[in-house]
Amino acid sequence: MAAEGKIDPMHQFTVEPLVPLHIGPYDISFTTSSLWLLVALVVIYGFMALGMKRQLVPGRWQVAVEGVTGFIDDMVKVNIGPKGKAYVPYIFSLFIFILVSNLLGLLPLAVIGIHPFTTTSHFSITGVLAVLSFSIVLIVGFWRHGLHFFSLFVPHGTPKVMIPLIASIEFISFMVRPFSLGLRLFVAMIAGHILMEVFGSFIVSGFNGGAVGWGVGALSFAFIIGVAALELLVCAIQAYVFALLTTLYLNDAINLH
Amino acid sequence: MDFASAQVIGAGLAAIGVGAAAVGVGNVFGSFLESALRNPAAADSQQGRLFIGFAAAELLGLIAFAVAMIILYAR
Repeated sequence: MAAEGKIDPMHQFTVEPLVPLHIGPYDISFTTSSLWLLVALVVIYGFMALGMKRQLVPGRWQVAVEGVTGFIDDMVKVNIGPKGKAYVPYIFSLFIFILVSNLLGLLPLAVIGIHPFTTTSHFSITGVLAVLSFSIVLIVGFWRHGLHFFSLFVPHGTPKVMIPLIASIEFISFMVRPFSLGLRLFVAMIAGHILMEVFGSFIVSGFNGGAVGWGVGALSFAFIIGVAALELLVCAIQAYVFALLTTLYLNDAINLH
Repeated sequence: MDFASAQVIGAGLAAIGVGAAAVGVGNVFGSFLESALRNPAAADSQQGRLFIGFAAAELLGLIAFAVAMIILYAR
């Protein structure tokens, strides 16, 4: 892309319409974003369907699926306890969707001319996921505890004098949760992709630019291999952190403090 | 100083926060490893807390990055 001149790392995040579709003033075109959301759906469905044959002696694929479900199941059991069983499907969907979309965006398919689009690098996607988690926490909290849910803002054993101060701080930290949840995933993805784009452009421009350029290009090439490995780790960690924090917030709503 | 150069300098200054977050994340994992080696039996049960600390430290660095981007692409 940036063989010469200015490097444009933001270009990869543009949402381009594939099938333009307008209803009244609303633009509901089928975009690259929708396409890669569908790809994620197909991948997840295929992964799960191949592993849900319920064989008594599990094959390799079933072990892989059971590994992922067992991982989430354990996490919910440790953090919420037996009451959390009802929320395992939601946490699991969240985890596997984020993980698969993150990994799809990293696929080196550009070699054969397909440009993967990272759906989780847009706040419109991660923000919706975060608001979904937050609303579930609110609904579960008010449904289980009614107005007693507000005692979440006053930890046990707070001196009377401190209550207004502590309650306002707790309230702010509670209301910031959906933003921090969505922002973390979206910025982590965007930062990694910009880094890879910038150093990828360094390789191309370096190899076009004489002896010193070759040195820069070779160094960038070595660096980008490390960054790609780090990005794989970040993909998994971000999916795990999102699922873990949702579990902890649910734990607040179910068990209070 | 014209607007464009001020913008680039501002974005560069905002990026210092990312380095500060690197110190924080290193501290989280370093302290965890230090205590995990002293008491390996208790290490596994604390992994959830490790990632909560990591997430909190990392978020602040990512916010610094977001601020840098907002400054860089302002207007």
